[in-house]
Amino acid sequence: MTLKKHEGQREELGEKVKKQGEKLFEVVFSLDWCKSCGICIAFCPKKIIIGDKVGKPRINDSDSCIGCRFCEIHCPDFAITVQKRFPKRRQSDVP
Amino acid sequence: MRISVEQIRRKYLRHDKKFPHVWCPGCGNGIVMGALLRAIDGLSLPKDEVVLASGIGCSGRMPTYLDFNTLHTTHGRALTFATGIKLAKPSLNVIAIMGDGDASAIGGNHFIHAARRNLNLTAIIINNSIYGMTGGQYSPTTPFGSKSTTSVHGHIEQAFSIAELAVTSGAGFVARSTVYHAELMAHLIEMAIEKVGFSVVEVISNCHVQYGRRNQLGGAVEMLQSYKDNAVTVKRATSLTEEELEGKITIGVLADREMPISTEEYEKVRQRAKERGGNVGC
Repeated sequence: MTLKKHEGQREELGEKVKKQGEKLFEVVFSLDWCKSCGICIAFCPKKIIIGDKVGKPRINDSDSCIGCRFCEIHCPDFAITVQKRFPKRRQSDVP
Repeated sequence: MRISVEQIRRKYLRHDKKFPHVWCPGCGNGIVMGALLRAIDGLSLPKDEVVLASGIGCSGRMPTYLDFNTLHTTHGRALTFATGIKLAKPSLNVIAIMGDGDASAIGGNHFIHAARRNLNLTAIIINNSIYGMTGGQYSPTTPFGSKSTTSVHGHIEQAFSIAELAVTSGAGFVARSTVYHAELMAHLIEMAIEKVGFSVVEVISNCHVQYGRRNQLGGAVEMLQSYKDNAVTVKRATSLTEEELEGKITIGVLADREMPISTEEYEKVRQRAKERGGNVGC
């Protein structure tokens, strides 16, 4: 199975597929340091950070993250890290 | 690429201190601390060659969390201690972290004279318009008409502009930023540390607990949004009239000039005295 076919299959399944060269990011929260101030939720340009009922953030759609690191540099509590994410590439990883 | 928060936590924070830190949720002090660490990392300064001195107040807590040579000094005297360190060992990078009350009220005299003397120091002044830690009394930077615990019917005095005070006092480098513009702030702090001469970075910060709450300015998010809306760059401010600039915050480099440095001039005086064989009197 080629990679292209695999991407096509993922698209059919409704998953977002990034083109080659596009970077993927993941946002990691240290919730024990978070004080639920809401700055990351309010200012995320893609609005992908949403708050739970006590105001702690979580990511809704990780593939949409553009890696601007606004949340990381504006978090007063050093609780957010944005890092690159490398998707699984091997055929055996495909579910 | 700048250092990530994960690396900051491993490299620069003191792990024997209790984290999360003592500041309120959404407090700008944490954002300033992050920007300062990014600036120091961007300049690749060794940790042993950086000295942080702070006074009393919310901002005074900052050096206790950071793994440099640090001093937590008496109220308003961060710059005096910093001056002593710089005179004793001019090779160190000395950074004084002060609040608005610390710099312009209790340590006001030290501040203007440190600027006039033009020592090679960096002063970061976090201006949140109020004395936050002691219970919300008005400070010299509280705007006219705003409410605090000691001005419940509106403040009757005019506010200081710390950055402009530093410009007129003769500081070599003066810049202003807000906590919303954290990337710019890190860049300005980098420029301030690199600058030879007295450099001041004024950071407009939010105290939504003591100041915003009493003046219906909302929480941390609303106050940061207002900084985003009201900030104008120095370049754009030159094309605006005085009425248009009312209530706006001018950000960027306000002054950058070459002045004689106190420590260098002192070295010259010592040299001259040595040449005369110690016979300075005649």
